Amino acid sequence: MAGDFESSVRDWVAANLPEALAGARIDMYGVVSGDQAVKDAFDLWRQRLAAQGWGAPTWPREYGGADLTDAQAKVVSRAIAKAGSMNPIPYLAGMGVTMVGPTLLEYGTEVQKARHLPGMASGAVRWCLGLSEPNAGSDLASLNTRAELDGEEWLLNGQKTWTSGADKSQWCGALVRTDRTVAKRNGISFLMLEMDQPGIDTRPISLIAGESPFCETFFTNAKARKDDLLGELNDGWSVIKRLLQHERQSQTNAPATSTTAEPLQDAAKRYLGTNADGTLTDSDLRSRLADHLMDTAAHELTIARIMTDARGGNVEVSATASILKNSATDVAQGHSELMLEIMGNQGLGWEAGEYSEEEARTVRQWLGGKAMSIYGGSYEVQKNIISKNILGLPETTQKG
Amino acid sequence: MAVLTEEQTLIKDQASAWVIDKAPVSSFRALRDLNPGKAFLPATWQQMVDMGWSGILVPEQYGGSDLGYLTCGLILEQLGRQLTASPLFSSSLVGASALMLAGNTAQHEALLPGIVDGSAIVSLALDESSRHQPEHTALQAEQTDDGYNLNGKKTFVAEGMAATHYVLAARTSGKPGDAQGISLFLVPADTDGIERIALPTIDSRDYATLCFTNVHVNSTALLGSPGDSMSVLEDILDRARIGIAAEMLGTACQAFDMTLDYLKTRQQFGAVIGSFQALGHRAAAMYSLMEQSRSCVEAALQAVDASADNVPELASLAKCQVGKFLFEMSNELIQIHGGIGMTDDFDAGLYLKRARVLESSFGNRAYHRNRYATLMGF
Repeated sequence: MAGDFESSVRDWVAANLPEALAGARIDMYGVVSGDQAVKDAFDLWRQRLAAQGWGAPTWPREYGGADLTDAQAKVVSRAIAKAGSMNPIPYLAGMGVTMVGPTLLEYGTEVQKARHLPGMASGAVRWCLGLSEPNAGSDLASLNTRAELDGEEWLLNGQKTWTSGADKSQWCGALVRTDRTVAKRNGISFLMLEMDQPGIDTRPISLIAGESPFCETFFTNAKARKDDLLGELNDGWSVIKRLLQHERQSQTNAPATSTTAEPLQDAAKRYLGTNADGTLTDSDLRSRLADHLMDTAAHELTIARIMTDARGGNVEVSATASILKNSATDVAQGHSELMLEIMGNQGLGWEAGEYSEEEARTVRQWLGGKAMSIYGGSYEVQKNIISKNILGLPETTQKG
Repeated sequence: MAVLTEEQTLIKDQASAWVIDKAPVSSFRALRDLNPGKAFLPATWQQMVDMGWSGILVPEQYGGSDLGYLTCGLILEQLGRQLTASPLFSSSLVGASALMLAGNTAQHEALLPGIVDGSAIVSLALDESSRHQPEHTALQAEQTDDGYNLNGKKTFVAEGMAATHYVLAARTSGKPGDAQGISLFLVPADTDGIERIALPTIDSRDYATLCFTNVHVNSTALLGSPGDSMSVLEDILDRARIGIAAEMLGTACQAFDMTLDYLKTRQQFGAVIGSFQALGHRAAAMYSLMEQSRSCVEAALQAVDASADNVPELASLAKCQVGKFLFEMSNELIQIHGGIGMTDDFDAGLYLKRARVLESSFGNRAYHRNRYATLMGF
């Protein structure tokens, strides 16, 4: 039976994927680049997928899904990828299909589901999430944006930051404080509101690597309908915990980064040349490159060891794994720095043109990679975790 | 830890308990103070032989157990933890590997049983200068009617004074620096014309310089075919590098444990010093190095057992990574212990001194970084 489903999906994709889309590039916002014919073909493709319920294939049909199992949904995405295309709807929906939607399915009322889910599943409505604030990053529960009920409306005031895609979204899921008198996690609620209104201002954040999807979002008496509260009043922390689980889930399913990149030593030979005996002309770079490759091998062997140990039921796995965030950062940032050094003056270009596409991209990746030692628990936080949780050293004191 | 078989777990636990009970660092200290120049305590070595450790790599037909390099490495790691002095590494790993890889049946029959029962100590005599440079072998082996005449010098020969036999790298043709022209010989230590001079190394172990003056050996002393032994020598050396990396891992892990223990107990400024973030972060960095070193050492030991193609890369990787860990850790051991770490009564100095000797053995980090780059094609 599974085979029947697979072949019917393959047939459908073959019959419905517009030819004009072949080779078209679709960006992280689900936007296609090309002439009008390509754009029209792309919209036709989106509508056909939406009609099938394949924008959010595991959702119920009544909300725009197709009632598929996870396994069947994978068959669909594989078939589309095999045909050389992609499903743009999860990208067009922003945080809708991947995070807000699944949470709505669990916590939403019938009215909320019917109102919001179909727009996500068809890719017609893009959603963003207002979570972090300037003073509530890792410590999200410290958030300060407040919402007060004014008749049939909530009035929101405050500032969110790192709101990905806020300037392009029609709707926002926001975490707000609705009770200041209780412990910080107990006074938080999750509201849904339209972005196109006078009370909301968005400002894109330019990063050191250039443009980014991130925005600052300001609420000044921004309005949300009273019945667009998701979950119970002041129980927003449960809602967000579930939503963040969906976020991790979607990240785990994300495709691995490209492994086809040119090895550093090959790039070094290409840029710098070799001596008669095949060694790099820059002997200092050569030994640092060897060091880096060995550190990389040690990191990879550690991952392999943890996986083997985990299969053997070894309890020390999590202790060893605690070093991986920092060693992965060392390897990635070390790689970028060496690549920049290898490119020399060609590794200083901001835009392609005089510099190759690859050179400019490498420079942007180097800059973007500086975030690795900051997000997800900074490099220093990781060392605190190792010294306290793994090595059992006591809480930090200020002396010494 | 790698996923071990029941037998490997048993041997590792046995070794761990035995070194702490029978051959702790205090007994190495006593050996140093009471028997200067003595390589190891014969009674201790006999116990290791009785437990079967000397035959772990040797096939069963010669009395060994053929349990492989990972098992041998598990024991060496435990010995490294307590600086236990013995010929286990030099003879039972390096000597046995040389015989098994390069020797013929007659040579196997003549010496492998002796390695297993501890009566023979077979040591590799390779280095000739202050650097590990196998292809720069210069010791002259001049062919005669019935064999070879050996002239030249070997130095930094481990268990050099205690050895009963040497596996000797010599040059039968070509010039120093050529890979071609290197031959291996198996030479009894009491052969006429060999003068051995003990080296007073910082780690108080048995190292010697050997002077060869018209030493005559028969053709049967050749280990392998004459002139093209460089590649088998590298195979032997890779096993030695990986084995010594296992010992180094143990030495560094013990230094880590001693330091961590001190961080948790030493009080200054009204607090346990491990509560200072500057020290906690250094401990975290050492922990990270320790875990990555273990990954490399275990992968290398397993690769030898599996006869994998990448043994040379893994040998240099393991020696280099654990070398970095041991270097940093032996320095931190002294620094974090402060003044007490500088006293001879405390063990930190024993670990630091041993660490530098191990680093220099079978190629230091600079050697293996260069070799790794060459193996990786740049």
